[in-house]
Amino acid sequence: MTPERSVGTAGAMSGLRPRPAFRVDDVYRGLLMAAAGVVFLIVFLIAFESFMGARLSMKTIGWSFLWSGEWDPVADHYGALPYVIGTLSTSFLALLLAVPLGVGSAVYLAELASRRLGAVVSFVMELLAAIPSIVFGIWGFFVLAPVLRTTVEPWLIEHFGFIPLFSGAPFGIGILNAGIILAIMIVPTIVSISREVLLATPKSLREASLALGATQAESIGVALDAAKPGILGAAILALGRALGETMAVTMVIGNTNRIPTSLLDPGATMASVIANEFTEATSPIYLSALIQIALVLFLVTIVMNGLARLLVYWVTGGRSDTAGAA
Amino acid sequence: MTMFRSKAPAARLLRGVAMLAMTLTMGGTMPACAAKPVNLTGAGATFPYPIYSKWFDMYHQKTGTQVNYQSIGSGGGIQQVKAGTVDFGASDAPLNDQRMGEMPKPVVHFPTVAGAVVLAYNLPGLKAPLRMTSDVVAGIYLGKITKWNDKAIAAANPGVTLPAQAILPVYRSDGSGTTYIFVSYLSAVSKEWGTTVGVNTSVSWPAGIGGKGNEGVSGLVRQTPGSIGYVELAYAKQNKFTVAHLQNAAGRFVEPTLASTTAAANGAAAELAKDVRTPIVNSPDPDAYPIAGLTFLLVTKDQANAAKGRAIASFIEWAMTEGQEQAADLDYARLPESVVNVNMTNLLSLTSAGKPLVAKR
Repeated sequence: MTPERSVGTAGAMSGLRPRPAFRVDDVYRGLLMAAAGVVFLIVFLIAFESFMGARLSMKTIGWSFLWSGEWDPVADHYGALPYVIGTLSTSFLALLLAVPLGVGSAVYLAELASRRLGAVVSFVMELLAAIPSIVFGIWGFFVLAPVLRTTVEPWLIEHFGFIPLFSGAPFGIGILNAGIILAIMIVPTIVSISREVLLATPKSLREASLALGATQAESIGVALDAAKPGILGAAILALGRALGETMAVTMVIGNTNRIPTSLLDPGATMASVIANEFTEATSPIYLSALIQIALVLFLVTIVMNGLARLLVYWVTGGRSDTAGAA
Repeated sequence: MTMFRSKAPAARLLRGVAMLAMTLTMGGTMPACAAKPVNLTGAGATFPYPIYSKWFDMYHQKTGTQVNYQSIGSGGGIQQVKAGTVDFGASDAPLNDQRMGEMPKPVVHFPTVAGAVVLAYNLPGLKAPLRMTSDVVAGIYLGKITKWNDKAIAAANPGVTLPAQAILPVYRSDGSGTTYIFVSYLSAVSKEWGTTVGVNTSVSWPAGIGGKGNEGVSGLVRQTPGSIGYVELAYAKQNKFTVAHLQNAAGRFVEPTLASTTAAANGAAAELAKDVRTPIVNSPDPDAYPIAGLTFLLVTKDQANAAKGRAIASFIEWAMTEGQEQAADLDYARLPESVVNVNMTNLLSLTSAGKPLVAKR
């Protein structure tokens, strides 16, 4: 609707002008502006609707919603803390696993691999990115979970069990499984963007460093340094996907409202609790609390993106001359 | 339509078949069309969706009344009844007094079929079905009974060697009628459950892990030795699970079947006649399986539109008689005669503009 309307306005306005060439430009500009405006409008509407839906819960529960660890639909006590912790811990675990893997493979593809191999691997990566998340969930549930339960987790408990982070019972399902699944899901994003960014760094940088007597590894280091903002940008995009991922996580995280203290514990994320409980939320305050979870997720995403941008700024010292700056 | 314009012979054949089918269907409903068919919309519970869709289809064939039912979940069904956007709602959990009060108009509950919740477990090497008392089930889900060779489990299973394995209780993570029935049972048999956890479509589980849907729970149980989880009877039957036999209120260990589920409803009939929302868990009937529940249609007591009201009433009447015959085929437990009679009596309370919609017989 909006683009059409703006076409009309633009047309009417440019009718006053003598030269028709302007009209085309104006229409074009109006269309593009409307397209950009729609994105803005959608984000605003999401925030507004979540806010309206969460008002009842905000009024009744107050700020303690954010730090209360109790989620009890029977007593109508709602606190988002277990889910905030679940979302952040699985997402950061995923980044921890996926960034080294993704950047490493991007460096290989951009700097060392033959053009052909690079193309093949990128194709496979894009394929990975196109797999629906439910498929990752099923794989995590039926394939990864038994492996974790019978080999990885018992080993972790045996050798690192004295560290609280690796203690507990080996269920195969929990924060660790969710983190690994998320890592697999976000690797393609990191690889493909990092690779593009590395390919876009000026060749002169590498040539100069080699000419100064740098080894190949050092020369790659120079390229990586130039590509840093872009690679961080890739990580931010990947983090965004991890924060909001729902179906796959719901299947493998174990879905409990108890706060996880170990990687082996079951947990739940903000997205997974909404997916689980929304359809049968029968009381108004229950429904409102779930919408407030969505609002909190929205805010957490904004804060995370903001922090990530600050990080980019801090790492690059505010320079914007490098390729693919996020 | 572009497909029909194609010159390919296959497409022409398809077109012919489609037109024939259309003619046949129209012919089938023609006599009913004369009686001014009514279109009804409903929304709610997903658990009874398979039988509802069969019922609506059969009823459409028979009377021409078309019902558009969306299985969006009980919560959504209740919301829509409240907002007045549907002609009837459906819910696996009855509305409690507070929710009833929040409704703009009084609502009548009509149970349609019964379902049971069964306990499936994973204990490799165990042949005979495990027997469990209510204390054992509550103890496991409270996190109090943590080993399979616990004295309480052993006492109910004389002669069975139980492993010293840890028990992993598995529950439904998504809000569901199945959970509602299961925790109603736990509340009925365990004071501690009633005071510390309580009853809802989702609860704050003291122990265990959650799987999404029947398939999530059964998947976890199947792949985790030592686990136990609850699923719908129909789902367990279709997937041929070994399920625990539970001790009922009369002290007998009963296998969950459609018959023992119907018996559970029968045992509660006197209470249901007073308030149809009474849980039928832990039924006193000696043949009853203890974890059973009813699924409900929610109908506004005073119907704004008399024609629609009459259509809803006559549909319920049909569902209570001919409709019940379909239940077993789809693995739902039919209502016992006693509960059908409760519904027939409650139908008399439906009105439109103060006048009853159904005449006393």
